[in-house]
Amino acid sequence: MLPCATARFATVDSRTITVVSAAIRAFNLNVQRGKNHILHDLTVEIPRGVVMGLLGPSGSGKTTFMRSIAGLQRIASGEIHVLDLPAASKPLRSKIGYSTQSASVYSDLTCIQNIRYFASLYLHNEKTPEEILEDVDLSRNADQMAESLSGGERARLALATTLVGSPDLLILDEPTVGLDPVLRVQLWKLFNKLAAQGKTLLVSSHVMDEADSCHQLILLRDGRVLAQGTPAELRLRSGKSRMDEVFISLIGAA
Amino acid sequence: MNMRRLIAMTKRVLLQLWHDPRTLALLFLSPALLMTILKYVYWTNPDLFQRVAGSMLGVFPMLVMFLITSVATLRERSSGTLERLMISPLGKAEFIAGYAIAFGLASLVQATAVSSYAIWVLGLKIAGLQITLIYAAILDALIGLAIGLAVSTFAKTEFQAIQFMPAILLPQLLLSGLLIPREAMPRILHDLSNFLPLSYAIDATRKVISNQGSILNDSLIIFLFLTLILSAGSLTLKRQTK
Repeated sequence: MLPCATARFATVDSRTITVVSAAIRAFNLNVQRGKNHILHDLTVEIPRGVVMGLLGPSGSGKTTFMRSIAGLQRIASGEIHVLDLPAASKPLRSKIGYSTQSASVYSDLTCIQNIRYFASLYLHNEKTPEEILEDVDLSRNADQMAESLSGGERARLALATTLVGSPDLLILDEPTVGLDPVLRVQLWKLFNKLAAQGKTLLVSSHVMDEADSCHQLILLRDGRVLAQGTPAELRLRSGKSRMDEVFISLIGAA
Repeated sequence: MNMRRLIAMTKRVLLQLWHDPRTLALLFLSPALLMTILKYVYWTNPDLFQRVAGSMLGVFPMLVMFLITSVATLRERSSGTLERLMISPLGKAEFIAGYAIAFGLASLVQATAVSSYAIWVLGLKIAGLQITLIYAAILDALIGLAIGLAVSTFAKTEFQAIQFMPAILLPQLLLSGLLIPREAMPRILHDLSNFLPLSYAIDATRKVISNQGSILNDSLIIFLFLTLILSAGSLTLKRQTK
């Protein structure tokens, strides 16, 4: 049984919602790739309906952790439960949206064709492809080929492909990398909007100043959880105000 | 196998092909050009043209489909879209069948166009039916597709995938009876060629050209090979990485 240390209540946009069960529970998770031990006894619990930031330097195991949750990574030992189902189980395939670091879209299809194709793989779609493009502000580019999109547009198209079906959990690996500040703010607004609709988002970033856009944070280093909490809690604990200083001070304390 | 997803998969691959006019043009023009060259190479020996050109109608679709499939699936792997599909409800069999149907349709059009060109313009004489010849060419194309799919799992780059052509397809081509009839080869090579799918593909096209014997057995054997290679290919599509 998992120790359920974290609160059963999560504060979202100053409203308090009851969390029935955690979206993700990982217990003593160990992952090995070849000879490298990537994740060490990782134990975390991520409540539903929040934007959870997964922060840490590159090589800290963020992607491996996300892939383990998505069911794409074979784990060496431990347990992962996602939406009350064991990770990698078949029913989860219609409940998880996942986007990789490189925007995984078909360059030789238009935006709307990309979304229509991915949407047609799911039995139930809560939104039409047009509405999804509207959500990521790509309606004007609907008939544009993906290869001619700018970096930011391409990143938003990749995000759009995770919104097809009716996902309860979105796993987004560095979705804002390489984007200009205006776009980044827009995307984080969208993430918060999705969380307000009840979806859980796990968003990785190595940019510490994005931390304040998240409800909660997991700081990862060398495959271990350095700290978990709200940005305010982590500031309080470290006594620092800037998030990168918080991170450094927590490394020192560990 | 879900019909809706299978159709979506097929449609997507065809759309991608449609958006690539250069590939489409090469699909039809390069075999036509090669047939024309063949015609003039054998200008002084028209009988030899009859013999070789017919078999070539089966060889082109196979080579082309091998290349297209291995590069297309490798692109899915390297761009991350395959991983994206593996966490969606799309089944592996649907993925493979989608490619097989889409490229099968492309080779249907290719075989029809190229065989028509060879018959009406270059004066290739076939004793059997053109439609049977097209059928045989599609079987050849599917062999290329199946091998291409299987090979793409062993290649890390498109560069490597293309190297598998001389490594895997050309030996089959040499032993397939294209150069000399299989019966005339040394015993050991003849026995070996019995285990290679391309031999039956060439046999089938040759039988149609000369209208001698039924190709039912050949096509059954080819379907058996296809099932084997495609299932091996689907086993290598992994949802999880180590």
